[in-house]
Amino acid sequence: MDTLLMDGLAQTTEQQSAADPWRGFAPGVWRRSVDVRDFIQRNLCPYEGDAGFVAGPTARTTALFAKVTDLLKQERAAKGGVLDADTEVFASITSHAAGYIDRELEVIVGLQTDKPLKRAIMPFGGWRMVKTGLEAYGYTPSPKLEEIFPALRKTHNDGVFDVYTPEMLRCRKSGVITGLPDAYGRGRIIGDYRRLALYGADFLIKDKKAQLASLEVSRIDEDVLRLREEISEQIRALKELVQMAASYGFDVRRPAATAREAVQWTYLAYLAAVKEANGAAMSLGRVSSFLDIYIERDLSAGVITEAEAQEMIDHFVMKLRMVRFLRTPEYDQLFSGDPTWVTECLGGMGLDGRTLVTKTNFRMLQTLHNLGPAPEPNLTVLWSEKLPDGFKRFCADTSIKTCSVQYENDDLMRGYWGDDYGIACCVSAMRIGKQMQFFGARANLAKTLMYAINGGKDEVSGEQIGPAFAPITGDVLDYDEVMARFEPMMEWLAKVYMNALNAIHYMHDKYMYERMEMALHDRDILRTMACGIAGLSVVADSLSAIKHAKVKVIRDANGLATDFEIEGDYPAFGNNDARVDDIAVWAVERFMTALRKQKPYRNAIPTQSVLTITSNVVYGKKTGNTPDGRKAGQPFAPGANPMHGRDKKGAIASMASVAKLPYAHAQDGISYTFTIVPGALGRTEDERVSNLVGMLDGYAHQGGHHINVNVFDRETLLHAMDHPELYPQLTIRVSGYAVNFIKLTREQQLDVISRTFHDKH
Amino acid sequence: MTNAYPPIRPPNGLGPVSGWIHSVETGGTVDGPGIRYVLFMSGCPLRCLYCHNPDTQHMHDGTRTTSTEVLEDIALYAEFLKRAHGGLTLSGGEPLVQPEFAAAILRGAKALGMHTALDTSGFLGNHADDHLLEDVDLVLLDIKAFSEKTYRHLTGVPLRPTLEFAERLAGMNKRIWLRYVLVPNLTDDAAEIDGLAEFVAGLGVVDRVDVLPFHKMGEHKWKALGRKYMLTDTEPPSRALVERVRGQFQARGLRAD
Repeated sequence: MDTLLMDGLAQTTEQQSAADPWRGFAPGVWRRSVDVRDFIQRNLCPYEGDAGFVAGPTARTTALFAKVTDLLKQERAAKGGVLDADTEVFASITSHAAGYIDRELEVIVGLQTDKPLKRAIMPFGGWRMVKTGLEAYGYTPSPKLEEIFPALRKTHNDGVFDVYTPEMLRCRKSGVITGLPDAYGRGRIIGDYRRLALYGADFLIKDKKAQLASLEVSRIDEDVLRLREEISEQIRALKELVQMAASYGFDVRRPAATAREAVQWTYLAYLAAVKEANGAAMSLGRVSSFLDIYIERDLSAGVITEAEAQEMIDHFVMKLRMVRFLRTPEYDQLFSGDPTWVTECLGGMGLDGRTLVTKTNFRMLQTLHNLGPAPEPNLTVLWSEKLPDGFKRFCADTSIKTCSVQYENDDLMRGYWGDDYGIACCVSAMRIGKQMQFFGARANLAKTLMYAINGGKDEVSGEQIGPAFAPITGDVLDYDEVMARFEPMMEWLAKVYMNALNAIHYMHDKYMYERMEMALHDRDILRTMACGIAGLSVVADSLSAIKHAKVKVIRDANGLATDFEIEGDYPAFGNNDARVDDIAVWAVERFMTALRKQKPYRNAIPTQSVLTITSNVVYGKKTGNTPDGRKAGQPFAPGANPMHGRDKKGAIASMASVAKLPYAHAQDGISYTFTIVPGALGRTEDERVSNLVGMLDGYAHQGGHHINVNVFDRETLLHAMDHPELYPQLTIRVSGYAVNFIKLTREQQLDVISRTFHDKH
Repeated sequence: MTNAYPPIRPPNGLGPVSGWIHSVETGGTVDGPGIRYVLFMSGCPLRCLYCHNPDTQHMHDGTRTTSTEVLEDIALYAEFLKRAHGGLTLSGGEPLVQPEFAAAILRGAKALGMHTALDTSGFLGNHADDHLLEDVDLVLLDIKAFSEKTYRHLTGVPLRPTLEFAERLAGMNKRIWLRYVLVPNLTDDAAEIDGLAEFVAGLGVVDRVDVLPFHKMGEHKWKALGRKYMLTDTEPPSRALVERVRGQFQARGLRAD
């Protein structure tokens, strides 16, 4: 056969498969209406074996990854870690021409801009942030852009500051509420990117048009108008996605017909989202078990090999590792290490008791072996005691070798969110395509306690921030007296906090609506108002000290309580001691109760997280001495962790304390970061894997929600601080996400090192 | 799904017995199989030159408690540890300094359905009656040297009781993990180790030999206690030496890690 004929034949096969993209799939309601879960349930191939089948990198992967590695190296060396930035064009789905790393080598294509790692301008969040961001990294925005922003086009940031009350501004300034998404994209919305692969854009547009028609109702009020406008925007976004895909030579109007197309289509849908929306967390969802169905179909038809299947996933992941946003240095201080939170969920169990583990879950983990450890995508294993043993062991093995995996309790979440939820950002579960959240950063509960003691005055600045309740004047803190003031102070904080979030999300919907992500959602979705708290262990320990030891107050010349002297011992959070753990549980429930009394924007349901990401350092910096003996400026423990060095009974006691925190009252997630030296996990490699599996099973059974696992030596980190060039890929996990250790600030590096290492042996 | 385990009542068959404990490690992974609740009991008759817990040698340096209190705490972890294929390890110090206390805790742990291990030098083996040993699933036996001379120099006490205890355990078909701390120029004599390996293999109940390279992580504790640490100039054994010694045990058909 000559080549011409061969080509013709290949094309015919491709055309045939494109004509029948759903060939071989079990039918169901998914064929008539958008229902990815139904498709998965009917077609999934659960895999109960071990990692024996996985393939190493192909030559093409190795060659491409060498180019990517080189680009990443150049990026690290560039000013502020920004390799290139656009100064001329506002980003949109179609703003940039097709971009490539190496067209010959890329199996999966598509970049945010026309060049790899070139950051785009996304000004709708706020023009000043874009301008500051560009200038910080040595770029000057084109003057013609400055004519448009802010003169002609108002931004989210402008809108929020138009409506903020003086009280909100005070709270923001003092740091009792911090990290609010009023100057950056809120993120934490997961488009169901699988929909493009399964249905193609034509089907989805038709569905959206039907939704629009369903809103031709007799009473067209503000809610209906807003939704109609949003759906029209969604349709526009889908059409632009078609156009963008065409620039790469793909016709995504139709469904994906092969495994490679399914990966490509899914990625293009995600790419359209990250081309336009600069959300704090741009999570991927739960795509790998979905893609597995396509890969299995092609494997069993003999069209692809295991090596080629792995290659697609490796190339997909390389792209996900290269997602970038232009952000300001202030933002980086809060969320260090340039995170994008491309969170992808693996594993989990189905509601029918079958495992949702597939071979492509393994392939996704295998990318960490083939391409080395990396913080993104943020691989998240939905852990269940019932997961197949082979998968559990591969997860543990990968964790020990790369520190790049986090675990969340599927047995706990399945009852709340079903079996097709994903994790946005670090710990926020949501049903994919059916739910979103209004991200609310977090309130500083430790500072709130100080406000209770000081009658609403800030312990650092002395300014009146909260309501001027009577301060505590006694020389020794009395538990009942402190509690009697702490509760109303929490009530006040919850009110200001929720109102501020309402302002933010009202304006975000108005000026910075995520049309692409929302185009991949149902018409009617559940919205949560995701509040959060920081400093939980500081609060629990402080109250425990007040209750069980003697805490003397030291006041400054103005009568402000600025320091404390503790006489005697007190039980500290992290030792599985009910005397203090009950206080931590109470604090979570009590603040949630206060939040539930508020009325969130757009009928959202209030939730909260116990998560700080890396902001525990900034929060600590802004908070004075606290009654637990923590000194002013010292970092808080991350997330729900016990304070550094106060958990004295070992890892399992520490986990037990954290596992007591009630998920029912912290449905946006409870983050725990666990760090252990290899020798303390077992004597042999095999034992380490078994023990980590055992630990995860035990923690899950106990009801613990989330755990980051880091396995490394203190010495390695100290060495990496001084020799970053030797550790380009050293990844560690911090409170819900992974980060390149060498990209953290020195302060954060020291914080990570000072955190409890469980290294007794 | 429960957030915390309800406390399980300790059994009433034994106790409460008073005793002294030094500390607790809930996430132990190197003192028996799986993840373990390691109870470090205080008091030890040996004075090992390399002791890495010299602060546990005197019983009254610990905290006085009762078996009931200890078991209430252990019960909080029983379910977790079962899932992690672990259990309880009594360590120290020397648990057999307080045999009634140890027995009460072991009995309680068995009532909780836990796997139990006893980490001992064996010197006080005759303190452990058959009832106590019935509640022990695994003995982590430290035979610190195999000649009377070396053993006495190293520990300050005779070797004979330990070997007798080992033979008694073998007679009961009690499973043993042997632990051997390898110290250069002190416990690295090839002939002595060969003798030990032969003896251990002959017991027929030793499932595993842990050759533990000497380390000086306990040195600061000696200084804190104002005591002179005799091994300051001793270095950890080389990798080659560790492998040689493991090989000596393996040559007798033993599993040695």
